[in-house]
Amino acid sequence: MGSPALQLRGLRKAYGTTVAVDGLDLEVRSGECFGLLGPNGAGKTTTIEICEGLTVPDAGDVQVLGRTWARDATWLRQRLGIQLQETQLPEKLTARETVRLFGAFYAGARDVDETLALVALGEKADARVGGLSGGQRQRLALACALVGDPALVFLDEPTTGLDPQSRRQLWELVERLKAAGRTIVLTTHYMEEAERLCDRVAIVDRGRVIAIGTPRELVASLAAEQVVTASVRGVGDDAAAREKWLDTVRALPAVRAARLLASEESGAVTVEVQATSTAAVLPSLLAAVERGGLALASLTTHVPTLEDVFMARTGRALRDG
Amino acid sequence: MADRNVGVSSLLALTRARLLEFAREPELVFWSFVFPILLAAGLAIAFREKPPATVRVGVLASLTTGDTSAAATQRALARDDGLVPVPFADTASAQAALRGGTIAMLVVPAATGVEYRWDPNRDDARSARLLVDRALQRAAGRQDAIAVREVTASPRGSRYIDFFLPGLIGLNLMGGGMWGLGFGIVTARKNKLLKRFAATPMPRWAYLASYLCSRLVFTVLEVGVVLGFGIAVLGVPVRGSWLQLVLLCLIGSMAFNALGLLVASRARTIEGASGLMNLVQVPMWVLSGVFFASTNFPQALQPAIAALPLTALNDALRATMLQGTSVGGVLPQVGILAAWTVGAFGVALRMFRWQ
Repeated sequence: MGSPALQLRGLRKAYGTTVAVDGLDLEVRSGECFGLLGPNGAGKTTTIEICEGLTVPDAGDVQVLGRTWARDATWLRQRLGIQLQETQLPEKLTARETVRLFGAFYAGARDVDETLALVALGEKADARVGGLSGGQRQRLALACALVGDPALVFLDEPTTGLDPQSRRQLWELVERLKAAGRTIVLTTHYMEEAERLCDRVAIVDRGRVIAIGTPRELVASLAAEQVVTASVRGVGDDAAAREKWLDTVRALPAVRAARLLASEESGAVTVEVQATSTAAVLPSLLAAVERGGLALASLTTHVPTLEDVFMARTGRALRDG
Repeated sequence: MADRNVGVSSLLALTRARLLEFAREPELVFWSFVFPILLAAGLAIAFREKPPATVRVGVLASLTTGDTSAAATQRALARDDGLVPVPFADTASAQAALRGGTIAMLVVPAATGVEYRWDPNRDDARSARLLVDRALQRAAGRQDAIAVREVTASPRGSRYIDFFLPGLIGLNLMGGGMWGLGFGIVTARKNKLLKRFAATPMPRWAYLASYLCSRLVFTVLEVGVVLGFGIAVLGVPVRGSWLQLVLLCLIGSMAFNALGLLVASRARTIEGASGLMNLVQVPMWVLSGVFFASTNFPQALQPAIAALPLTALNDALRATMLQGTSVGGVLPQVGILAAWTVGAFGVALRMFRWQ
């Protein structure tokens, strides 16, 4: 394998007293689609903007395509395709005019109409930006990132705020880019997005990488076959009674980990259980409910996801922020 | 595609985009081109050539002296081209007309001589008093002591509109130069577009230069509209060199572009930038001799007023257009404008924030 497309070592960045990135290490291989997954405020955007040369880190080494921003900024800008969060392109220009404008900045720009076709905006080429939908604008932003024919593409939260259909459309575009062999680094707080698009994922929390690997490896690291969520009534409201119930559940066979969730129903206690075997854990859980004279309010199971990996490592949900 | 000069292609593409955006903004087109024409047209109506003004003078038909005396007075007044006698039958209505300003003064024929009723605080009353007195005294047989030959003329270049038009051009250059740059840049910063551009290989000088290029195009159009209207319709003279006039407009435009960039160098919101724009512009509206000569302000303020960019521009434009002053005569003003341009650009580029 060739040199890494991106290499970050000991990256650190603080804004005043707020530490956004706190000693982050990362390596992205050439040709892979790499995801930075984490809640809002985890430091994903700061990290990606350091990689894009927009933010200067307080400490740490950054190598992009084997070069550094300090020495080769112009060379790098010609080879990176960038999509930022919240860029509002000029409303009065048409899609084609916008892509042509961005294309003029690159020495080896692609054909404008070809780029628009690539992001499925060929029919909207002469429409003003002001008249495009959210998904179309996001695809136009992607076209602006791709018009310079970049070796490395950075996408910061490319689907945030999009409706499910637009999101799936954008996923297909990213998959096409992957198939064409481009190196992509994207940030997201949607685990299903990271699972679907990314060859490898770094889970980022509080400015650090807390887990890194393929989505499958990360989920497998839980060693859980299923995640069981059970709400039970009659445990009692005090903290001691809940902890006692949690200890009971933890002692059951095939339980790898268990934790209390904020219960949606008053009077009920919800426990989430990562189980190595559903077949083994369910009967013993039900037996424990009966033994304790409790009543089962609800019971659900799901295959573990990156969300569960994040929970297991941080004790918080991705979307809690 | 072969390698090409990214700086030049960036500059051309950005300038083209600016012009397209502008042309598609109907409000901007109105304020830049239609509004100055309307303003100039309004002025043309206000300052049109009028026949010499006449003064209306009330004449009271007094009960004691009878109508004959009043009629003689009216005839005497009517002989003067500048006077229009207005007869009144009773004192109350005559006094009301005097108070309301429909007559400049009131003449009350008395048993012996005549009585003038007028307000010494009113300018038109003072001149009416002189005209009325002259007419009545002459009618009564007074002879002028010396012979007088009168020569009257309104030479081009000394009317108010001649004074005002160069000021209007200066005002346009200030407004267009500052808003044209400031508004576009602050909007782009607010929309994170500046940050997006900063992430491309676009040379940063090309972005700022594209504003200067598009401003150049607009300046030619904006000044051309007002100047053309002033010359063709209002008859405002251009006595000096046209080249000098064009160069003055360009350097004035540059100075205000630089100030616009300075105001926009850090502002994050349009509201914030607007406040700063007004802070810079409004004092110059008043002080820099747009609507009235800046010499009306106290002597102590004059050096500071003369150092303002709009004062320098207006003075140089007036000297060039109205007096035909040569380059040497406007060098101090050109120096002031150049200093503002260099100083404001220097500070602005140092302070400028892309995100």
